[in-house]
Order: sequence, then structure tokens, then C-alpha cells
Amino acid sequence: MTKYNISVREFLHKSKSGEIDYDDFSEAYIKELSAVSKKLHLMQTIAKKSQAQEPILYGLPVTVKDNICTKGMQSSAGSKILDGYIPPFDATSVARVREAGGFIAGKTNQDEFGFGTFSTNSAYGIPKNPFDPERSCGGSSGGAAGVIAALQFPQIALAESTGGSISCPAAFCNVVGLTPTYGLVSRYGLIDYANSLDKIGVIAKDVHDAALGLSVVAGHDDKDSTSLDVQRKDYTRLEMDMKGVRIAVPKEYFHGVDSGVEKNVWAAIKKLESNGATYQEVSLPTTKYALAAYYIVATSEASTNLSKFCGLRYGASDKIEGNFNDYFTKVRTAGFGEEAKRRIILGTFARMSGYREQYYMKAMRVRTQIINDFKKTLKAFDVIAAPTMPVTAPKFTEIEKLTPLQNYQMDVLTVPVNLAGMPHISVPCADFTGLHLIGDHLEEQRLLSIAGCYEMIR
Amino acid sequence: MKITEETVERVAKLARIELSAREVKKFEKDLNDILTAFKTLDEAPTAEPSFQPIKLGNVMRDDEPEQCLTNEEALRNTKHKEKGFFKGPKAV
Repeated sequence: MTKYNISVREFLHKSKSGEIDYDDFSEAYIKELSAVSKKLHLMQTIAKKSQAQEPILYGLPVTVKDNICTKGMQSSAGSKILDGYIPPFDATSVARVREAGGFIAGKTNQDEFGFGTFSTNSAYGIPKNPFDPERSCGGSSGGAAGVIAALQFPQIALAESTGGSISCPAAFCNVVGLTPTYGLVSRYGLIDYANSLDKIGVIAKDVHDAALGLSVVAGHDDKDSTSLDVQRKDYTRLEMDMKGVRIAVPKEYFHGVDSGVEKNVWAAIKKLESNGATYQEVSLPTTKYALAAYYIVATSEASTNLSKFCGLRYGASDKIEGNFNDYFTKVRTAGFGEEAKRRIILGTFARMSGYREQYYMKAMRVRTQIINDFKKTLKAFDVIAAPTMPVTAPKFTEIEKLTPLQNYQMDVLTVPVNLAGMPHISVPCADFTGLHLIGDHLEEQRLLSIAGCYEMIR
Repeated sequence: MKITEETVERVAKLARIELSAREVKKFEKDLNDILTAFKTLDEAPTAEPSFQPIKLGNVMRDDEPEQCLTNEEALRNTKHKEKGFFKGPKAV
């Protein structure tokens, strides 16, 4: 326990009023981050201590997932093929954190390009769960959630989700993970996994901190053509009243879920009910198609995105020999890990002439049905409540036994909402277990309020 | 449909990745496992495809030059450069 074990709110207040010796704070934070990370492999790169900073964050430490570009700081997305890559520019989300007076404290470890559920596919060591090092932090933003859980300091983390990479590690590390509406936060400077799915979001100790992070990074950006036309605003003003809140509980989200998880999530829903909300069990019939649709869409897009890594302009390289194809093949074969190769092959196959309609186009068509399913439910309800993950944080010895398909199946509860691009938040409801709340497109404020309310009455 | 080792090799070649014999065998099994499970898609209801989760329009801007990376910045991350250019392997 350090003397800086204070909330973000308290930090902002004290840093503003000069009650905190910022130099000492920043040094203590970096020292602790380095020590914890050495033990748990949570960080990929760690910054030097910072100078005192301006409003609105007053030097609040913000860690950044390794796949989000930071000027002058290695950004390798957990992959050997980007080893040594130091971006000459900031991602928009990072630039906004800096403009807001945030201290970019370092890059968090992750599955290579986000390809994984347990962060076991990082090329730079596997992050370990701070509450039990034999267990996974979850993935793919494992380092981000691990750091928030491990350090008793005020801080937030910028993370990224394609199919659940914010919610999953948040649940497994007992912290809050907010994934905003697709397009609310600029993807400029994000090392793409799948363009139509990737979303930058926030992992934090509580709902307020997640809302603060969102307030800093959300809002239109000309540099991202998929960025929504939404003004920047303050999301931290939460309405703490559950009265009249209508919750949908989809029955499909409890199939095959661990009984402990099921019990704890139901207890959370009943808690919301006893505080004025109403709930109803509903059906989201397209849920059973989401996993297949997600993996086809995600790997198809990933296989095109990863074609730019060829050892010429940045990242890993080799001695130039032979023709283009020989050289590219040599660098890519050495630079990509096994899961990256598996997804490239799967995605390339799904887009190949002869199979494109059967897989890629079909997945895009099913996606429309999944979006409609959510839209329909969220017309009648304010929020959908479900377990974040079907299991609690697994041990590495259990993960080792999973086949690639069984690995993918762990994402069954997080991929549907990610295909639909709706905002969702995982709030801890028991050890290594998250209550997953899903709202309609751009209903972040409402979603955060409901999550904040649960956090308060939990 | 079943994926054969030949298909895996062909796709890998298209993706410019070289696989060892062991990897080809492993991926052949993995992909068949995965695609068999994904057969559920065949019976799924469909609609017009959604290439994005939210409807997006084309974005245009005036064709005016803006600040971009300097030549030096653009070349800073590579070993393979010459006279202000990237240097690549021969094309033919």
C-alpha cells in the first residue's frame, strides 16, 4: 500500500491544488509499474517519469495498449514483426490524452495484434493475473487490465476491443472495461486487427474513471473516415437512479456458462431489481451464429490488414535477397506468431474466389440480423445484462489444453455485441467475474449511469 | 467441404507465409475443426450485408495539402533506405 493509493478524483483534486508533489508521485508510479511488470509481464515499454501537467488530467498516468501508436515510444502490437517500430506520430486517442494533461506511462502487453482471449499469444512474455499469477489476465488487452488491478495508484488505461478484448480482461482482473460505440473514438493510429470491429476504449478501477477516459478520447476526428459525427462531451455526470430502468436478460447468454458465474450474475441482476429496476428474460435468437460470423469477418479483415507487414518500411527486417515475394515471405514467416498465421490463413481462405460468398459475404449478411436483434431488444429495454465471460479467469494449465476452436468459443458472449458495434461495459460482480451491460448505439451516458449505479449498490 | 493440406499450402503461399510440414498438418486439422463448427452459418437467416456495424457515408474533404511526415521521419524506422528513398528487393 503506497501513500498514493487514492482515487482518480482525489488525485485530480490534489494534483490541481498542489497537495501532491508530482515529481515524487510520477517517480513512485514508474518505479512500482516497473517492479510489478517485471514480475507479471504486464508492460511492453515503460516511460520515464513525467513533469507536472495541465488540466484536465493534471498528469494522471495513462497506460496505452501496445497496438495504439505513441510518438517516440515503441508500438509493436505484441508482435515480433513490429519489433523496434517507433511511430513518428501519435494516435488521435493518445494525442487527446496528452492534450488533456495525461501522462503516457507506457505500453501494455497484449496478444499479438489482439489475436487471443488470454494474452498467451504475446511475443513478449505472457501477462499474469495480479490476484493469482497461475491465472490469465484475459485478453487481448491483458496487460492493460492487469496494471489497473495490480497498482494501488490513480491511473487509467487505453485499451482496444475487436471481439471482447476490453470486457474479457476487465472481468478476469476485477476491474471496469468500457467499449464504446463503433466509431465514437477515432481509430487513427491504431494498428488494425479488423477495421469494421476495432474500437478503442478504457479500462479503469471504477465506472467514473472509465467515463473520464471516454470524455478525453471520444468525439469526431477528421483523420478517421469511420469516425462518427459526434461532438466531444463530458461523460462523467452519471445519473444514479435505477428507478424505471428496464433490463433485458437474454436466455442464450446463460447456455454453457459456469454455474458460479451464472449464480453471481443473477445475484447482480436481482440486486439491480431490488433497487428499482425491472428485468425480463428475452431471447436473442441470432446469438448462436455470432461466433462463426465474427471469426469469419475478423480473420478476413485481419488477413488483408496484415498484408502490409513485409519488412521494408518499419518493424522487423532481414537482409534483402531474392525477389519481392521471397523477401516478404522470409520476413513474414519469421515475424508472425502461430495464431497470427492461423488467422491469416483462415481469413485468406474465407475471401478466396469460390468461397467468398459462402463465408465472408454470408458472415456480413448474418451480421445484419445480429444488429437487428440487438436493436429490437434495445428499443424495448434500456440495457441488456449478461455474464461477460462464460468462465472465471482460467489457469494457464487449463488454457494449454484448449484447441484453437475451444479458444475461440470462449468469446461466445462478447462477439455478438462487438459485431453490432454497441457500447458495453463489464463491471466486477464477483471474483474474476464481470456483469456485462450492453446499451444501444451512442447510449454511453445511460450505460455508464446504470453501471455506476450497480457499482454503488453492489 | 474439407480443407486439405494442399489447400493450406496454397493459401499460405497466397498470404506469403511459409509453413513447415508440421504446421501444415496442424493448420489443416485446426481449420477443419473451425469450419465444421462454423457450418451453423449455412442455416442462419440473412439480409443485406453490413460491412460496418453502423451506417456510414462517404467522407470527402477539399483536396488541399496538409502537413505530413517529413522524409526523414518516414525513413526513420527502416534499415533499407538510399538517397531519401525506401530500398526494396528486386521486382523481377
